[in-house]
Amino acid sequence: MIAAHLPVLQIVVPLIAAPICLLLRRGSLAWGLSLAVSLAVLVIAANLLTQVLESGPISYQLGGWAPPWGIEYRIDVLNSFVLLIVAAIGAVVLAYARRSVAQELPESQQSGFYTALLLCLAGLLGVTVTGDAFNLFVFLEISSLSSYVLISMGRDRRALTAAFQYLVMGTIGATFIVIGIGLLYMATGTLNMADLGARLPAAGASRTVLAAFAFLTVGATLKLALFPLHFWLPNAYAYAPSAVTAFLAATATKVSIYILLRFFYTIFGPAFAAADITLQSLLIPLATVAVLVCSTVAIFQNNVKRMLAYSSIAQIGYMMIGIGFGTATGLTAGIVHLFNHALTKGGLFLVLGCVVLRAGSCRLDDLAGLGRRMPLTMFGFVLGGLSLIGVPLTAGFVSKWYLVQAAIEQGNWLVAAAILAGSLLALIYVWRVVEAAYLRPAPENAPEAAEAPWSMLIPAWILIGASVYFGVETSLSVGVASEAARFLLGGAG
Amino acid sequence: MADFPGLFNYWIVIVLMMTGFYVVIARGNLVKKIVGLNIFQTSVFILYISMGKVDGGTAPIIVEGTVGAGVTYSNPLPHVLILTAIVVGIATTALGLALIVRIKEAYGTIEEDEIFAKDEPE
Repeated sequence: MIAAHLPVLQIVVPLIAAPICLLLRRGSLAWGLSLAVSLAVLVIAANLLTQVLESGPISYQLGGWAPPWGIEYRIDVLNSFVLLIVAAIGAVVLAYARRSVAQELPESQQSGFYTALLLCLAGLLGVTVTGDAFNLFVFLEISSLSSYVLISMGRDRRALTAAFQYLVMGTIGATFIVIGIGLLYMATGTLNMADLGARLPAAGASRTVLAAFAFLTVGATLKLALFPLHFWLPNAYAYAPSAVTAFLAATATKVSIYILLRFFYTIFGPAFAAADITLQSLLIPLATVAVLVCSTVAIFQNNVKRMLAYSSIAQIGYMMIGIGFGTATGLTAGIVHLFNHALTKGGLFLVLGCVVLRAGSCRLDDLAGLGRRMPLTMFGFVLGGLSLIGVPLTAGFVSKWYLVQAAIEQGNWLVAAAILAGSLLALIYVWRVVEAAYLRPAPENAPEAAEAPWSMLIPAWILIGASVYFGVETSLSVGVASEAARFLLGGAG
Repeated sequence: MADFPGLFNYWIVIVLMMTGFYVVIARGNLVKKIVGLNIFQTSVFILYISMGKVDGGTAPIIVEGTVGAGVTYSNPLPHVLILTAIVVGIATTALGLALIVRIKEAYGTIEEDEIFAKDEPE
C-alpha cells in the first residue's frame, strides 16, 4: 500500500519535517529528527532504484490526475541513480553535522539550520523525481532559496556577500529556465516532460523552440557553474559552514547537471541536441577551458576550501565534456563522474570540516604539521586527493578512464590531452596540501590539535572509503550509468 | 516591422527584461540590484500572462448558458503557473533584502565596491 506512494513520500517527508525542526528549537532535537528523516529518505531512494532496475520506470500521478494534465513524478534509471546519490550524501552529511554545526553556529541558529538543510534536500529530491517542467522550477527554487540561507550562516562575514552574489546569479539562472519553459509551453501546449519530448518534433526547429533551448541551456549551466558562469561558486563554497559546503558540493551542482541532461535528452531528444545545435562545438571547448583554467587557479589558492571549490568547477568541466560528446561512452563517463565526484568531493569537504573544527581554519599555513596530529583526518584527505587526481584503484580513475576512452573514440586527441593535463594540475594542488600537512613542521604556537571526534570521522571516512571502493568495484556505478546513458539515447531502459 | 503592433506585448517583455538585467549588472548598490532583479522577473510574469490570452477569449469562468455555446475562453493555465512564480519572486526579494540588512550590519555599507575594499586587506 505505502510502497505505491514512495515517489511522493520521498519529497513529503523532509518537507513536513522541516518546519517541525524549526518548532523544536533545540539544536540537538532538530538534528535527531533531520537525521532520522534523511535515513528514511535514503531507504526510500534505495528501494526506488531497485524497483526501477527490476521492473522499469515508475510513473506516479500526483493527486490521481493523469498526465499530461496532472503533475507526474517519473522515475527511471537516470533519476533514481541521482536520487540515490543525493539521499546518500544527505544522510552522511547530517550524521556528520552535529559537532561541526555546534561549533560553527550559535545555538539559536541551529534549528533554523536543520530546517533549511531539510528544505534544500527536499528541493533537490523534488527536482530529481518530477516529470513536470514547471514543477521542476518550483523545486529548484525551494532548494536554491534554502541554500542561500545555508551559505549565509557561515562564520565569516564574506559568507553574506557570497550568499547575496549566489542569490542574484541563481535567480537569473532560474528565471532563464522559467522563460525557456514558457516558450516551450507556447510551442507545444504541454508541460509534462515526456509529452514535451513527444510533441516537440512536430513543432519543428522554430525560432521559439530554439530560443527555449538557448534559455534552458544557459539557465542550467549557470546553476551548475560551467565556466565562465561559475563566479558565484568559489566564495559560496569557501565561506559556507563546513557541512553545507560538503552537502552542496556533492549534490546541488550534480542535480543541475541532471536537469541539463533531462532538458537535452528527454525534452529535446538526442537528435535535436546533437544535430541542430551542434552541442559539441559549444560545450566541449567551454568544459575543456574549465578543466584547465580552474585547475590552474586552484593551485594558487591559500584557503583549502577555496582550492577545492575551484577544483569542483574543473571537475564539472569533466562531466560536461562527457555530456558534450553525446555518445554512449561519453554520457556514461559523465554520469559515472557525477557519482564518483559527489563521493570524492563530499568526502574531502567533510575531512576539511574536521580540520576546521580542530585547527580553527583551513588556510594552508594552519595545516602545517597536521599530518602527525590528525593522522586519520589527513590520511582521508590524501585518499580523496588521489581520487581527485584519478590514480588507479580510486573512483576518479574509473570515470577519467571512460572519459579518455570517449575522447579517443571521437578522435579528439586534444580533449584527451586536456583531461590528462587536468589530472597533472590536480596533482599539484593536492600535493600542496599534502606537503603542508606532512612535511612542514607545526608552528611553535599552534593550538593543540587532536584527532577529530568519531561522529565526524566516520561519516567522512564513509565517503572517502566509498570513493576507493567504487574505484575497484564498478558494477553499481558504471553498470547503472551505462544503462542510464543507453536509456537517454533512446535504447531500452 | 509589420508584426510590431501585434507583438507589442513581447516588445514590452524584452525591454523590461533587458532593463532589469542591466540594472543588476551595472549598479553597485545592493538594493538597486534587487530592484533590477525584480524588474527582470516581472518581465517574465508578463510573458506568461500575455501568453494565456486567446484572441476574442473571455475569462475562463463557466456561467449558466455559456456552456457549449461556442464561447472562446482565454487559457488560465499560464496565469496559475505564474502565480507560483510570483510567490517565488517575493520569497527571493525578501531573502535578498534580509541579506542586505545583515551585510549592512557587518560592513556598514551596501555599496559593492566599498564592501570589496573592506575585505581586501586580509
